[in-house]
Amino acid sequence: MVRFFLSRIGQTFAVLFTVSVIVFALMRMIPGDPVLMMLGDDFTQEAYQRLRAKLGFDRSLVTQYAIWLQAILRGDLGTSYLNHEHVSVLVWDAFLPTLSLVVASMLVGILVAVPSGIVAAMRRDSAWDWGSMGFAIFVYSMPSFWKGIVLIWIFSVHLRWFPAVGYVHPWENFWEGTWRLVLPAITLGTFFSGLVARIIRSSLLEVLDQDYIKAARARGVRRAALVYRHALANALIPVVTVIGLQFGTLLGGAVLTETVFGIPGMGRLTVAAILNRDYAIVQGAILVGVLAVVIVNLAVDLTYAFLNPRIRVA
Amino acid sequence: MARPLDAEALPAQAPAAPAAGAQGGAARRWWRRFARNRGAVLGLAVFVAIVVMALFADVLAPHDPLAQGVGPANEAPSWEHWAGTDSFGRDMLSRIIYGARIALVVGVVAVLLAMVVGVTLGLVAGYYGGAVDAVIMRVMDGLFAFPIIILAIAMMAVMGFGVRNVIIAVAVGFIAPFARVTRADVLAVKEEPYIEAARLAGVSRPAIIARHVLPNVAAPIIVQAALRVSGAIITESGLSFLGLGPPPPTPVWGSMIAEGRNFIVMAPHISTIPGIALMVTIVGLNLLGDGLRDTLDPRLRR
Repeated sequence: MVRFFLSRIGQTFAVLFTVSVIVFALMRMIPGDPVLMMLGDDFTQEAYQRLRAKLGFDRSLVTQYAIWLQAILRGDLGTSYLNHEHVSVLVWDAFLPTLSLVVASMLVGILVAVPSGIVAAMRRDSAWDWGSMGFAIFVYSMPSFWKGIVLIWIFSVHLRWFPAVGYVHPWENFWEGTWRLVLPAITLGTFFSGLVARIIRSSLLEVLDQDYIKAARARGVRRAALVYRHALANALIPVVTVIGLQFGTLLGGAVLTETVFGIPGMGRLTVAAILNRDYAIVQGAILVGVLAVVIVNLAVDLTYAFLNPRIRVA
Repeated sequence: MARPLDAEALPAQAPAAPAAGAQGGAARRWWRRFARNRGAVLGLAVFVAIVVMALFADVLAPHDPLAQGVGPANEAPSWEHWAGTDSFGRDMLSRIIYGARIALVVGVVAVLLAMVVGVTLGLVAGYYGGAVDAVIMRVMDGLFAFPIIILAIAMMAVMGFGVRNVIIAVAVGFIAPFARVTRADVLAVKEEPYIEAARLAGVSRPAIIARHVLPNVAAPIIVQAALRVSGAIITESGLSFLGLGPPPPTPVWGSMIAEGRNFIVMAPHISTIPGIALMVTIVGLNLLGDGLRDTLDPRLRR
């Protein structure tokens, strides 16, 4: 168990290292001289050389990477070219709304997926199965940004039940914040539910086919008890992994969903920064986003090891 | 659609170099399995319809997709304009039909590009092993950690706009899955006796990879490709929706949906109708991909 934990954590650091090299390389591939961009139109040759040396651009690429990495490990993501604010502050402010959208979407997704996946598996090949799996493919295939617009059209424009745009932290004003998150969370959460429902169905079908279930059935255990007391816990183990692996997809989906609902999150920050060529923000946002994905994947893998005795022993 | 797939999928099902007659039989058996899968057939029909739409856009579109003022602005669907008009008075139906071209070209070419790069890396990593394998796969792990749309956004920031760059940006995100699938299968195939035989017969390593390993890992790769096209199209639409796709006035579904957002109260059709085209395409491709997976992948066959 300890060995599994250590090797998994080692892998995570390897991935983070590769990610940092990829992001560093990407930022160096951007056409144009960042020193020229920071200086503006009016500068002397001497000022140019001074800033170039100060930023370390006159040294080797490896040294530049080392300087860059050191700064990032200190939590210094640089400053915005445009308004000179700290990127770490900007990214953190944008990360919180995105994270609350992702968490709310996971909740909605699980609330929809678990019952529909169970029903589909228990009544395999029935109308329930076809219906819930058809629904799963349908919501999974709807692009989140379009689904969001349709929901706004129905629930905000016509029915006037929910506000169309805007965001309030749920921990600052619970009702207001939650209310405003409902439509965005349904938008992204139904996508997630489509995916999870299909996994729950196939996982449950697989477990129901195993010998211990057959033995329980032979002992006369009722079908409902069979599913809820004997099969479900085992069937949900692979689902945990899927939820973790899909965290990245959800984060990506959140980037699009928050654009629709005017949520001031990572997506809006990044896209605005790209259009403004404010690359320090782009770099910071991508690094923090990927870091979140990698950490969640690690956490899920470790949880999975706790849940699954076969790995725990090994 | 069915023909080229048969030919390439066959060796995986019958690795012992089957005779031409047996090949025909396996293809027919596969087609019968595929035809029984209602979702897959529906998906194939949708895919064919989209391809026809893209190929014959100039014949099918009633108007020039770029011509402004062919009707009044923001007009709801009517006999004159089946999908209405947008804020520039352009015919939406024509723009949607031409939009199928961009969606298909970006989706298919990006996946093919990712497949060529990813499969090559996977073959090399799996067959050579050792340090080569370690380096390639650690880079793939790093790429895999990026959510695809975020990697695509980053690539667009680096490369700038345009259809060609959108294809590359979308493709980069799909390289790692192809490399992983290929490598895993190569590791299994590598130990087969016929590879050993080829090695002993003095066939060079690149030749073994190309002639003996690749054909035997083709089926899961084809399945993977089919499953990824919908994801590539969704990624392209997402980029276009964010304003990072092909520049206006190119008719692209994602940017049409984004444009319509400002008119959602008075002209909801501008956003909703291109979205329906996009959704039908994605549902079709997902059904087709699932069908191919269920009928082609030998490991999943019951």
